[in-house]
Amino acid sequence: MEKRELTCINCPMGCRITVTMEGDDILSVEGNTCKRGFLYACNEVKSPVRTVTTTIKVTGGLSDRVSCKTKEAVPKDKIFEVMEVINKASCKAPVAIGDVLIEDCAGTGILVVATKAVGSV
Amino acid sequence: MKADIVIVGGGPAGLAAAISAAKEDKSLDILILERDNELGGILNQCIHNGFGLHTFNEELTGPEYAARFEEQLDGLGIRYMLGTMVLDVSSGSVTAINSKEGVFKVNCGAVVLCMGCRERPRGALNIPGLRPAGVFTAGTAQRLVNIEGYMPGREVVILGSGDIGLIMARRMTLEGAKVKCVCELMPYSGGLKRNIVQCLDDFNIPLLLSHTVIDIKGKERVTSVVIAEVDERSKPIPGTEQEIACDTLLLSCGLIPENELSRSAGVEINPSTNGPVVNESFETSIPGVFACGNVLHVHDLVDYVSEESGRAGRSAARFVKNKATAEGPVIKIRNGNGVRYTVPSFVRVNELSDDLVIRFRSGNVYKDSYIKVLFDGETKLSRRKPIITPGEMEQVILKKEDLANTPSEILIEIAER
Amino acid sequence: MKSSYDIIIIGSGVTGCAIARELSRYECSCLVLEKDEDVCTGTSKANSGIVHAGYDAKTGSLKARMNIRGNMLMTSLCEELDIPFKRIGSLVVCTDEANRKGISELCARGIANGVPDMKILEKDEIREIEPNISDDVVCALYAPTAGIICPFRLNIALAECASQNGVDFKFNCEVTDVSKLGDEWIVETSSGSFECQAVINCAGTHADEIHNMVSDKKFHITPRRGDYMLLDRSLDGFVKHVIFPQPTAMGKGILVTPTVHGNTLVGPTAVDIESRDEAPVTADGLSKVQEGAIKNVKGLPLKQVITGFSGLRAHEDGGEFILEEAEGCKGFFDCVGIESPGLTACPAIGEYMALKIAESLSLKFKKFWNGICKDVVKPFELSEEERAALIKEHPEYGRIICRCETITEGEIIDAIRRPLGAKSLDGVKRRTRAGMGRCQGGFCSPRVMDILSRELNMPLDKVTKSGGGSKIILGRTKNEG
Repeated sequence: MEKRELTCINCPMGCRITVTMEGDDILSVEGNTCKRGFLYACNEVKSPVRTVTTTIKVTGGLSDRVSCKTKEAVPKDKIFEVMEVINKASCKAPVAIGDVLIEDCAGTGILVVATKAVGSV
Repeated sequence: MKADIVIVGGGPAGLAAAISAAKEDKSLDILILERDNELGGILNQCIHNGFGLHTFNEELTGPEYAARFEEQLDGLGIRYMLGTMVLDVSSGSVTAINSKEGVFKVNCGAVVLCMGCRERPRGALNIPGLRPAGVFTAGTAQRLVNIEGYMPGREVVILGSGDIGLIMARRMTLEGAKVKCVCELMPYSGGLKRNIVQCLDDFNIPLLLSHTVIDIKGKERVTSVVIAEVDERSKPIPGTEQEIACDTLLLSCGLIPENELSRSAGVEINPSTNGPVVNESFETSIPGVFACGNVLHVHDLVDYVSEESGRAGRSAARFVKNKATAEGPVIKIRNGNGVRYTVPSFVRVNELSDDLVIRFRSGNVYKDSYIKVLFDGETKLSRRKPIITPGEMEQVILKKEDLANTPSEILIEIAER
Repeated sequence: MKSSYDIIIIGSGVTGCAIARELSRYECSCLVLEKDEDVCTGTSKANSGIVHAGYDAKTGSLKARMNIRGNMLMTSLCEELDIPFKRIGSLVVCTDEANRKGISELCARGIANGVPDMKILEKDEIREIEPNISDDVVCALYAPTAGIICPFRLNIALAECASQNGVDFKFNCEVTDVSKLGDEWIVETSSGSFECQAVINCAGTHADEIHNMVSDKKFHITPRRGDYMLLDRSLDGFVKHVIFPQPTAMGKGILVTPTVHGNTLVGPTAVDIESRDEAPVTADGLSKVQEGAIKNVKGLPLKQVITGFSGLRAHEDGGEFILEEAEGCKGFFDCVGIESPGLTACPAIGEYMALKIAESLSLKFKKFWNGICKDVVKPFELSEEERAALIKEHPEYGRIICRCETITEGEIIDAIRRPLGAKSLDGVKRRTRAGMGRCQGGFCSPRVMDILSRELNMPLDKVTKSGGGSKIILGRTKNEG
């Protein structure tokens, strides 16, 4: 049996939620004061995911960095692996919003896309 | 030069105001004056996601959110000038400068002030110590990292737990910096819970509530800061000092609406918001001069800025068309217990075209309490809220018909249980 | 750069630069050595910016003489060098009937020193000219010849003028030893050694150290720290004069004054400290500044502070300016203990010392000397037509970089390109005011960094706040180090 402590992010209450688990099974969720907190806790203990937003190098552009994001949220424990891949990558100007800059980032199967346009020199 | 409406500032507020004004009346000639070299304002450096859930029903990053507005300009025939700084505003004209035109005047029917806000700098915080390089406001650091691609530091302490500070804690960490801690003077954070969890907790960055920086060391570049716990009067408690080695101090200690132009134009300023006093149409004390977005009051969500600015833009369009404002009863909106301010400050009932949104902030954290709306002392609405914090803007929406009996005063208050 | 000069001046604060400008009238070779990256980095950069009338110092003292003469010279100097200067007058305020005598004594001393047109004003007269004066005010000494000046421009303009008349400047050059070899002085520095006929010691808080390298009659300087608060320009007009409390043994006390740029300045405290280079602002200092300010000015909105800073005065134990050839050290001239009223006195010290040195080295005047030096062109001080023409020819004067102070790219470029130009953010700030406003560079500093990087052809991560190790950014993102 394992107890996991979380802070709910749905509202400023920030309820401290305790989830008791047995392997992958949730035995109990305590401390939440609403349904949204319950759902948040269940998702967060099973598969916490985050969208990574950062920048990527651009060559031949009016700017040498462009902002980007993972098109979907990636597993939380993969954040730094994703960053490492993005940090090493680069793209060529021009870049348009939504352009795919990296396919299958760090084996997550998730795309990295540009969030801003960069014109070429 | 001439325009029907001049919008001062091409950030989220200016873009939304311009677009709604144009949609209200396609024949209007609308001109946005933007001091930076691109539209979008501060959204350009806010590359994180979380924007647009209310406006577009999806989660966008700052630049994507701005682009959704920018791409509408051409179709609506909205003109804009970049690298153009407004020097002076009055009810019928705006004076500005840029490198092409020099100093020039635009005569106009209405002006919408959308200058946004600036960060409170170190100097305004009275932080003792030396004055080395390495002390930045969080927003300056955000620009350096996200737009210019430079690292303002490697070992970082952040003072203030405003959202920009929290976002930068994560951003610096992702870029390989070590964020040692975030100190917050108040016993609660001014930032969103979601940011505390996803920007600090995810990366094991401690949030030290009731803590402040009491000394900055380092002659040339910051070498350390001394932090201490504070008592309920925000005074450092002797014996709680800790010296933290770092090369950078980021400050996220509040935003100040940029109302220098408004003040010199003679616009009446509300001392609680540091923004103009406005009516239901977001018109300031000077007829034909409107204000919206963070120059009016500091918002927590850009979606609210867009919504509010849309109303301001429509009002400006109507003003240009009708000129004369309707005579009629005026309802004063007052802030009662626990409410720091309200926007707007008063309502001209006859000018109200749809519902009335009253936005406000609390002065403290209230748990399990009620937001109450009183018409001339009589409770009209009472809404239970599990939590109210100064960090999150609150609102009540009144229907036009609710105001049919025209009370002379509306009071908004927080009632504790 | 050559290594042999007629004269070497150690220190490029106001004193050193005032002497350099005066000496540049003569046929001689002159070098100014500065340990920091720019002029105006020590005591001269952090002070009250006051041109004192001259009633404070003891009658007959050098402090009194130099103050009176300096004050007199200031009008023409500021015209020649394009320095913002306003004679707004000062009030020394008495808030306790029991201390009225002190005001009369001060007035008498002023008259003896030669201060013109002073008056003792009574409560109602003071209120009339200074509406926000404390209700406790009893009387005040009014001296109309006191004024406010831009201390940065004063220092920089003196240096620029010296430079245009042939004086060399060497920065990042710290003097490590001074010795005599035959008839020559050898000045060893962190970047090489120099020989000269005469050395002038204008080393501020380090002047005793330099003096003690050569003389047996030792001096001792105590760095005296003073904290200040600078308030927003929106308060312009809140006070109209330089308002002092009655002086004490530690100095003139905490004043409240407008600055030439429309800010309100409050301070300084006076605390003797060890460090000659580091002046941290302290919490205690800031609270003393606030207490001191509200004693004499009612309702001063101290919440509108935009920055706090701290400066060091070079207080010599004797409490007097030392302006002389060091005993037994022919050709070694001291300017030691230049604390208040040093800024006011600098034109007089320049004149006085240059004359001594010219006599000592039998120098002759140059045929041509240009004492005029214009400041950076400021588009908002021009007429509409002039400004339009300027922007048409140089579009960079139409691009605002510092929003708070309305400073254009053209002004920043000028500040960097001119002789002895700015090399750092602080250098740009002191020459143009970019970054000196209410946002304290939050908005403009990345842009000024870009301009410095472009103009000086250096990578952005080499741009500093104030030279040396004061780097602003520590490498690029994306792991490029």
